[in-house]
Amino acid sequence: MTRRDASLFVIVAALIAGTGVLQSWNSALAIVNMGLISAIMALGVNMQWGYAGLFNIGVMGFVALGGLGAVITAMPPVEPAWAAGGPRVLSALALGVGTIAGAVMLWRRMRKGPLRPAVLTVWLVAGFFLYRAVFDPAVQAIEAIDPAATGYLGGLGLPVMLGWAVGGLLAAGAAWLIGKTALGLRADYLAIATLGIAEIIIAILKNEDWLSRGVKNVIGLPRPVPYEVDLQESAEFLAQAEQLGLDPVIASTLFVKLCYAGIFAVILLALIWLSETALKSPWGRMMRAIRDNETAAEAMGKNVKARHLQIFILGSAVCGLAGAMMTTLDGQFIPSAYQPLRFTFLVWVMVIVGGSGNNLGAVLGGFLIWFFWVQVEPLGAFLMEVVTSGMTDGSPLKTHLLDSVAHMRLLTMGVILLLVLRFSPRGLIPER
Amino acid sequence: MDFLNAFVALANFVLIPATAYGAQLALGALGVTLIYGILRFSNFAHGDTMAFGTMVTILFTWWFQSMGLSLDPLPTALAALPFGIVVTALLLLGTDRIVYRFYREQKAKPVILVIVSMGVMFILNGLVRFIIGPDEQRFADGERFLISARDFKEITGLEEGLAIRTTQGITIITAVIVVALLFWFLKSTRTGKSMRAFSDNEDLALLSGINPERVVAITWVIVAALATIAGVLYGLDKSFKPFTYFQLLLPIFAAAIVGGLGSPLGAIAGGFLIAFSEVSVTYAYKKVLGYLLPENMEPEGLVQLLSTDYKFAVSFVILIIVLLFRPTGLFRGKTA
Repeated sequence: MTRRDASLFVIVAALIAGTGVLQSWNSALAIVNMGLISAIMALGVNMQWGYAGLFNIGVMGFVALGGLGAVITAMPPVEPAWAAGGPRVLSALALGVGTIAGAVMLWRRMRKGPLRPAVLTVWLVAGFFLYRAVFDPAVQAIEAIDPAATGYLGGLGLPVMLGWAVGGLLAAGAAWLIGKTALGLRADYLAIATLGIAEIIIAILKNEDWLSRGVKNVIGLPRPVPYEVDLQESAEFLAQAEQLGLDPVIASTLFVKLCYAGIFAVILLALIWLSETALKSPWGRMMRAIRDNETAAEAMGKNVKARHLQIFILGSAVCGLAGAMMTTLDGQFIPSAYQPLRFTFLVWVMVIVGGSGNNLGAVLGGFLIWFFWVQVEPLGAFLMEVVTSGMTDGSPLKTHLLDSVAHMRLLTMGVILLLVLRFSPRGLIPER
Repeated sequence: MDFLNAFVALANFVLIPATAYGAQLALGALGVTLIYGILRFSNFAHGDTMAFGTMVTILFTWWFQSMGLSLDPLPTALAALPFGIVVTALLLLGTDRIVYRFYREQKAKPVILVIVSMGVMFILNGLVRFIIGPDEQRFADGERFLISARDFKEITGLEEGLAIRTTQGITIITAVIVVALLFWFLKSTRTGKSMRAFSDNEDLALLSGINPERVVAITWVIVAALATIAGVLYGLDKSFKPFTYFQLLLPIFAAAIVGGLGSPLGAIAGGFLIAFSEVSVTYAYKKVLGYLLPENMEPEGLVQLLSTDYKFAVSFVILIIVLLFRPTGLFRGKTA
């Protein structure tokens, strides 16, 4: 880290500390926590784009899968739903996977000719109807169990931090599937393919109520840290809060946020260490060589496709991990909250602004852009107040301008991205 | 067995809506494919360009309506459309001047231009939400139906009604006119020929004295027209909502890629292919089968292959299949 990089980090820290002094330490810590998560997402995207030049704009899908991982690991299982249809749903899914695997086998084993597509079509259609015949009644049975409170299978009731790993694994699994089919396509084809898969993942999470409760959302996820209410009842905590001269309610929320910040920071530091080591190793040099000239790397005997698949899975898993952490932090899983502009393109802005190819840059970008994302709204509101101060109160234009402040965010992010691309295309902390 | 009623039901719920939707997608995909052919990048801001053009048209429509102007029985939006196109063209030319030209002169890699277009997408998206808000807007007025279901039943005496909405009729007619004009322009005019030459071989075109900036400017103007028309037709037919337009990016790109990026004919074929698959896979065939099958064999369920929420999956699967088996698209677009 050069002195310049360090001073950039100090500036971002100062910005967040400024929030603490001017607004509240609670919101400053909230920015820190989401900043940590954003930094991890940016690290994941940076692995794919910065190391390997893979253009993945399906980040949202992997983040959401991570969230699902937290849900299916940590939520208590819904026993009656499992009894009603659990095994049947699982066997239906197995049937589906079997059908597709069988189709791939058929395609490989059969000789080329008119028979092959015909057999394949019949196989797929039959498999689809068989799958639906098992799947539909099972789903109905599960969703009928107390739909207002559960109506889904629930999770495994394991500690939620285990769910973070599961989230990463789920994202990695999806990435393997996508990578197997779509990697090796041209950059913009891969982009569209990943954009599509992300939309499909969100559609599945929204509609498969048996899995994720769909738009009914999963709330009350277990936490790895104590609850505020419990803290406020513990005599020991109250005594300590009094010693520090803090209101017990504020002290408890700050304490909980600090706990999260601690856990997240440890994970982020570990990831930075791992990815820096990887980037400096022969493996990292090979990755960059492949990125800069695929043909030359291939001529040197490097297996470009396998390396791409590898880095695609790794980066997506990191995004999934961040997604699981975010769902845990929120304490709820809301499929309809996943918006591509917020979860895919914003992460891209972080990576580009921070400096693609540089892990520290991605981390810096994560914090900085998240800070702006949160603060643009109050700043914009203030700006609008100033702009409209000359107008008469209650004029339609004034009300409209004041009401539209919320949309300043997207505009600002676009402007920041374009300015950085134009005047500092390698980002704040360039690759070296 | 009631073949005629089954066909009418199918036409009413699948064929006509899919044709209209296909025409809208085709117009959108034409814009994407033109930019790809001339400027050589995938423009991710296209969905939001459509939203912007539609928004301007809606604003003009409201203004005309407040002045009492109307094209009854046609929707007022058709009168506002030219103004929408002009404003959008100015916007795109401005964006090109401020944003894209710099990278063109630098000969930046296409993927950089794609990321730049992401920035433009953010800005346009914010701008549209800022001006008209993120909510749904309906701006179709005038006569609602060319043929309403009840009239059709009375005329033909069939059990099943066939309704053709005015907006569907307008969509199809406008699309045919626009596509014919575009192809005539590309095939027969000097400017169109120079555009095709530029798309085929940039260096050779430059050598023969074609002014690249002029070609680029004309491309943006045409793209503005195509995007605005596609957006307005979609908005008239369904409704206008900024986020929906952003999401249209996926089927539009799928259409352009399936047809072969850079190939206008391919974009049209791709648009209809995607639209027909999307509508026919997500339609519930209970009614149609009810007419076709003997009474005791009527299906119990909806006989819907996929719920409508999975329509993205359809464009996606077609895209992947085509890319795996014919990577340059059905009509052999550009490869590099």
